[in-house]
Amino acid sequence: MGTTASQLGKDLLSEYQELTFLTKQEILLAHKRFTELLTKDEKDLPNTRVPAERILTLPELKSNPFRKRICHVFSTSEQKDGSLTFEDFLDLLSAFSDSATLEIKSHYAFRIFDFDDDGTLDCGDLEKLVNCLTGETDETRLTTEEMRQLINNILEESDIDKDGTVNLSEFQHVISRSPDFVSSFKIVL
Amino acid sequence: MAALKEEVEEKKKLIATLRNKPWRMKRRLTLLKEAQDFVEKFEGALGKGKGRKLFAFKVMMAKKLIKLKRDFENFKTACIPWEGKIKDVESHFGSSVASYFIFLRWMYGLNMVLLGLMFGLVVVPEVLMGLPYGSIPRKTVPREEQATAMDYSTLTDFEGYFKYSILFYGYYNNERQIGLLKFRLPLSYLLVGVGIFGYSLMVVIRTMARNANEGGDGGDEGDFTFSWKMFTSWDYLIGNPETADNKYASITTSFKESIVDEQMNQKDENIHLRRFLRVLANVLILCSLGGSGYLIYYVVKRSQVFANMNKDDLTWMEKNEVEFVMSLLGLVCPPLFEAIAELEDYHPRIALKWQLGRIFALFLGNLYTFLFALFDEVNAKLESEKDIKNATILALNEYAANYSSYYNTTNVPPQNVHPADVIRGPCWETAVGKEFVKLTVSDIQVTYLTILVGDFLRAVIVRFLNYCWCWDLEAGFPSYGEFDISGNVLGLIFNQGMIWMGAFYAPGLVGLNILRLLSSMYYQTWAVMCTNVPHERVFKASGSNNFYMGLLLLVLFLSLLPVVYTIMTLSPSFDCGPFSGQEKMYDVVMETIDQDLPAFIGNIFVYATNPGLIMPAVLLMVLALYYLNAVSKGYQQANIDLKKKMQMAREEEKNRRNNKDSTNQVMKDLEDLLPNKSLIPPPAEEEPPPRSPKVKPGAAGKGVHLQRDVSLAAPNPRDPVTRDPGPRRGPPENARGPQPGPGRGRGGGRGGGRGRGGPPRQYEY
Repeated sequence: MGTTASQLGKDLLSEYQELTFLTKQEILLAHKRFTELLTKDEKDLPNTRVPAERILTLPELKSNPFRKRICHVFSTSEQKDGSLTFEDFLDLLSAFSDSATLEIKSHYAFRIFDFDDDGTLDCGDLEKLVNCLTGETDETRLTTEEMRQLINNILEESDIDKDGTVNLSEFQHVISRSPDFVSSFKIVL
Repeated sequence: MAALKEEVEEKKKLIATLRNKPWRMKRRLTLLKEAQDFVEKFEGALGKGKGRKLFAFKVMMAKKLIKLKRDFENFKTACIPWEGKIKDVESHFGSSVASYFIFLRWMYGLNMVLLGLMFGLVVVPEVLMGLPYGSIPRKTVPREEQATAMDYSTLTDFEGYFKYSILFYGYYNNERQIGLLKFRLPLSYLLVGVGIFGYSLMVVIRTMARNANEGGDGGDEGDFTFSWKMFTSWDYLIGNPETADNKYASITTSFKESIVDEQMNQKDENIHLRRFLRVLANVLILCSLGGSGYLIYYVVKRSQVFANMNKDDLTWMEKNEVEFVMSLLGLVCPPLFEAIAELEDYHPRIALKWQLGRIFALFLGNLYTFLFALFDEVNAKLESEKDIKNATILALNEYAANYSSYYNTTNVPPQNVHPADVIRGPCWETAVGKEFVKLTVSDIQVTYLTILVGDFLRAVIVRFLNYCWCWDLEAGFPSYGEFDISGNVLGLIFNQGMIWMGAFYAPGLVGLNILRLLSSMYYQTWAVMCTNVPHERVFKASGSNNFYMGLLLLVLFLSLLPVVYTIMTLSPSFDCGPFSGQEKMYDVVMETIDQDLPAFIGNIFVYATNPGLIMPAVLLMVLALYYLNAVSKGYQQANIDLKKKMQMAREEEKNRRNNKDSTNQVMKDLEDLLPNKSLIPPPAEEEPPPRSPKVKPGAAGKGVHLQRDVSLAAPNPRDPVTRDPGPRRGPPENARGPQPGPGRGRGGGRGGGRGRGGPPRQYEY
């Protein structure tokens, strides 16, 4: 089960519709954009895996500071190199779609922010997160003092059990109160 | 058999909720196939015997229905207009600018429905089934005006042919039933006028409720400022590198600002000076609000004087003074308020709220002053009507006297006068409608002109003059404009308020508004993409969606008041409009109830409008409000309590793991009371929680608590008891009494069901 040639089977299409939050047009558009990323020989193979560099050329992901993490989180490859099959790609779009539920979005957001993949957001993760958000150049980065203060403030607000890390349920608790999250955590092709 | 059915149902439910699970597609696909095969196999088996064919048929119909629903959803999504345009704007400017356009689109939808109502039920019947132009006095241009009726200046003033057309109230005839279908136009006019408000109210409240459910009500704004900035500030729709850079800069700035803010909160400043400055600023603003109100009143009074003078003596300025002044005030005052607000030194978010509130007060004050001045005019017109009525009667008597004296008969045939020559009343409703239409038109003109000059011309100048100017125009003083979200949204809201107010007196106003919204969408998306730059500082007033909806609701109520007041108290003109000849406008309804509906409905209405019934109903509503308020307060308190419990539970767990010594004071006290320190349980076996998130396998080494989810709810006491109670691992029986505090903590910390009566009781309030 995978995509062959340039057409998506009708059965598969309806199954994808059942399993994701995407509409039929969105799935077809995703298929089109995905096949554009494939080279000529790859197009004939079923279940091709597209390496992360090519995925990152998509304009929707190119300017995103978390693009590498997103590829990594949604990838099912054993080498953990961030490559995506078409189904992973659909998973990605489904989680970032307009109709996805808050639970799904916050779950994936947590995984994206968890840079060291240990299941919690500790100081190291938060620091990397802040650095991603403030851009690459030195003048936009925060000083160590500011960083420390910021992380302290964040942990004070969200770490309910005071163990120094933010786990999934605390994260979801914070996110569920935010009115902006659902509307900003969206990627549309 | 029943078990099989249950399983099939379960599988079906699984299929429906598969997309909500954060699993990989492959796993979901296999599960889906499994579940679908299972359902198909056994659903067929269930339908054995006589009802088999029917059962199979039912199953097929259900499947077709699901497919149909899905197709319909797809179709609905495809039908939403301007999706591509808005997405473009979103990727360049972020979601806050795009939210303005989404709001515009929503307004367009609302106005389409209002247009449908107004045109379908009022305008089209009158045009198709009513009398044509020129047949009766109210539909004809008077003889004196016919010479200038087609002039451009008359038309832009909405006199001449426009005044005597379907655009305005005065055109409609007051015949009770018209045409073959016996369509009751006056009744329909009144009901549509009221129905417009009813429908708008319903839609606005429904949207507010939906927003409140999705995004939280912004009540806890201060709680999570930093976390939200961290986790939710990035806008994933941004696809443009320049915008992304801007976003980085603004995020950094906002981080630094909040850090400084936190530190500043501890600083102590000169309170008295600040208070004095704030009072001063408010006084200044009140003065300017009062000044603008007085200016409008003065100008409207002058326009009444002008209306009595000869039209040719007036300059364009004098003719359009009112609209000009109102638009000018709308342009000049908001920046003035912003400048005065510098004195106040508030936090930017609070300052924004004050600013919005002040602009709102400005517009409201202006509108209501305008209405009051208009009201005086209406009363004056009603007075003059009486004179004209007398004059008409006098003329009629004179004609009768002449005729009978000339022909020496008492049987006088009706006077045969051309409709254009009949003496006309002043028709105050059309005058009011005309004012609203002129106001809307001038508002449109000012908005478009502002965009053209303020944004487009500015961009052109900055771009081309930059080559020969001393300083960098693009980075320095004028630079490119930013899109003023709040100004535009407020403009949209107030425009809608004017439409609501004027729709009853000028049915064509809704059509005009549709044209305006349509052209606005294209014009503004072009202007934004072409001449604006993304915002430098982005701080979203969180919950602003509902804030603007709340404003819209308020404006709806405020525009409802004048219309309802005029319907109830003022008497309609005697010779124009669908209610001419009646005492009050709502008499149409009474007439219909009396004549057309069966008798008992009339009785019902009489009973229903009895004050003795209305007062208790109002009282009941007040009580319901109070009750709901109390319930919501109770929920908030419960929320706080739950948070505290979660915290205590976690603390307990941690301490138990770390040093087996309770730091919770309550526990400590209890321990001292009880023998053998029996309250400290032996090391609990860590059971995997019922739903384990798909956490990376590498985590296992870091300690088991990482895989735990705190389940906020009590473990389900009605879960099948999966293991027998076994040796009591909890506290002994005699400790059950004072247990609630710490015991709750333990009960929440463990997964799995303990099928005892304990848990539910502990969570009662």
